[in-house]
Amino acid sequence: MKKSIVLLSIAVLAFQLAGCAREQDSSDIVKVSYWEKWTGFEAEAMQAVIDLFNSKKFRNKDGKAIQVEMNAVSEIDRRLLMATTGGNPPDVAGVWMWLVTAYAEKGAILCIDDYLREAGITEDRYLPVFWEICKYKGKMWCLPSTPASITLHWNKRLFREAGLDPNVPPKTIQELDAMTEKLTLIKLPGNNKPISFYELKSRTNYKNLLAKGKIIQMGFLPSEPGWWPWLWGYWFGGKLWDGKDTVTTDEPRNIKAYEWVRSYSEKYGVENIKKFSSSFGVFASPQNAFLSSKVAMTTQGVWMFNFIDKYAAGMDWAVGPFPSDEGKLRDVSYIEADVLVIPRGAKHPAEGFKFIGFVNTQEAMELLCEGQRKFTPLKEVSEGFYARHKNPYIRVFRALAESPDAFIAPKMIIWPEYQREMIFAYELVRDLKAYPKDVLSDVRKAMQRRLDRELEISKRVEKKR
Amino acid sequence: MTKEEKRELVKGILFTSPWLVGFSIFVIYPIMASFYYSFCNYSVLQPPRFIGLLNYKDLFTDPIFWKSLWNTGYFVIFMIPLGLVTSLSLAMLLNTKVRGMAFYRMIFFIPSLVPMVAGSILWMWIFNGEYGLFNNFLMRVGIPHPPNWLMDIRFAKPAIIIMSLWGLGNMIVIYLAGLQDVPVSLIEAADLDGANWFDKLWNITIPMISPVIYFNVIMAIIGSFQIFSQAYIMTGGGPQRSTTFYALYLYQTAFEDFRMGYASAMAWILFVIILILTLLITRVSKEKIYYGG
Repeated sequence: MKKSIVLLSIAVLAFQLAGCAREQDSSDIVKVSYWEKWTGFEAEAMQAVIDLFNSKKFRNKDGKAIQVEMNAVSEIDRRLLMATTGGNPPDVAGVWMWLVTAYAEKGAILCIDDYLREAGITEDRYLPVFWEICKYKGKMWCLPSTPASITLHWNKRLFREAGLDPNVPPKTIQELDAMTEKLTLIKLPGNNKPISFYELKSRTNYKNLLAKGKIIQMGFLPSEPGWWPWLWGYWFGGKLWDGKDTVTTDEPRNIKAYEWVRSYSEKYGVENIKKFSSSFGVFASPQNAFLSSKVAMTTQGVWMFNFIDKYAAGMDWAVGPFPSDEGKLRDVSYIEADVLVIPRGAKHPAEGFKFIGFVNTQEAMELLCEGQRKFTPLKEVSEGFYARHKNPYIRVFRALAESPDAFIAPKMIIWPEYQREMIFAYELVRDLKAYPKDVLSDVRKAMQRRLDRELEISKRVEKKR
Repeated sequence: MTKEEKRELVKGILFTSPWLVGFSIFVIYPIMASFYYSFCNYSVLQPPRFIGLLNYKDLFTDPIFWKSLWNTGYFVIFMIPLGLVTSLSLAMLLNTKVRGMAFYRMIFFIPSLVPMVAGSILWMWIFNGEYGLFNNFLMRVGIPHPPNWLMDIRFAKPAIIIMSLWGLGNMIVIYLAGLQDVPVSLIEAADLDGANWFDKLWNITIPMISPVIYFNVIMAIIGSFQIFSQAYIMTGGGPQRSTTFYALYLYQTAFEDFRMGYASAMAWILFVIILILTLLITRVSKEKIYYGG
């Protein structure tokens, strides 16, 4: 009896330990593990691509069939960090593009140059900006899965109500500001009918009236949604670094952009704006500032359509390029992409790349991007893709990604810190606590120090390699 | 040691070995490793490289480090006394003999069961400058322009302190247990001597529960220095870094910037601060704590 209990315990323990280990491949199948960060319809779209891949029964060099298995993983950046450090990462991971710089710099993902050469995948298959996203220090580290660009979204009903042509968006920042004045409504005490800021400013004591009044609608607000407070400089022709070793935060065009941010607080009042902003609900809700028609124009990405569809289905809206300073630049847009990487220590990197390459074929990419309601990063697009696409403005988003003035976030190793510094600077300027010139100069100095330190470390590590 | 004692020792070690192994692997090793990493340039993704005291040197010239230390100090200074007085007062009220007391005790304990994320989101709504319950209440009691709590650098930290008072259930329960151990004979004797409510509180109740107060203060110091979730969820450290607490900055450095060596140095500085404060309180309160017997 005693002996059988001991044996049983050993057997249970052995099974448990076996469970911890990676599932062994059966003899004629190679299982590629794929980590996906999305859930819901986006994950379903990727699953459809995986099903298509598996149905094609691709084989590796040894003649074994390749099967991809998807796992939805929350907080993928943290988990991938742990798994890679622990030596048990997936074969392929779908991550955000900002992770690539840090991971490539630290050698935590594999360079895919050789795989690309072998598969015959070249730069000319892609819109230039997406190839650029995947490059770091002259090498390729990933391929795109789904891309995004951001545009000006506007509420046509509110345009009509303000006496503006709903089909003509602002072409310059200055036009945007003028339209905002007409679209901004203020309720004065003792007066039920709101008046526009444009009307109000013609009154002699308008600043006092504004302080007593309450903003109930705004044309545009640089702080809404407030996800990218660092990017305004790009619409003024500015850049945040020189692409190599110099931080350029306080170049004149960035200062001008932050002065523009400051002008909103000066014009409409810090407290008035804060009170008004407090009335917004969370982003993914019908109380969203744009979806609830509280803000008439906003900067948003290709995904915004999904939220309009879900929470404000009857909305009359349109999209167009966000205007630039004095209209000097055309079609400026911030471009993002989800990307597919092979982590260091992946058990089946070649088979993993086979899957990445498949996702980057026109057939699979269109299936994925249509399902995730994005546009495709590939140059070749079928007319059927646009015809079937649910987003009525998908061509506008795509056109912006094709623009020579499309830009991506700086590929700097210190970018997360730089972003936080920019948010801090933005808040100081927005709240009229500092002048753009001073605060951006402080950011430049601090970030230059940090960049110098990181570049020095990077050089030492490379020497050692 | 006799043979029998040795055998007993081996058995004892064997029986405690699951804990010993677990403690060594999951507690001792990470603590020692983090101490070593604090002297290294370590991104987790690459092997650590020894750089001596550079992380510590950089920290002392890092303005965000000082800002986060100040924010945390502010929180600790206000939270500890406020938490102590509030939880003790509530525990005393919950120790009275009133009908339905079990229900009241449950009401005050429930908030500490609410997950921090859910609680934080709830309080974001309560502190909403336009539609928040809190401002609605303040306006009803005659404050016409209440602050925009989480968006105002002057009020964001106080808002988080107020919110933290909501989760004092555990402290209340510990005080309640302490209060129930205060000998009734002493209270009755004081009653006979004509002592008033305050005399009894000051001369009997507080001395009798002093070990409980000591324990709660130490735990509150440790907990307050580690405040993280509320700021991470409600404010993200803003506005203008007014709620960038020490643990939040440590997290950003470690997991957003991949500077684990720097973050380890921060963790060790925090450890030393808490250690010094604990030793200080232990020393100061040594003769004031009554352990019975």
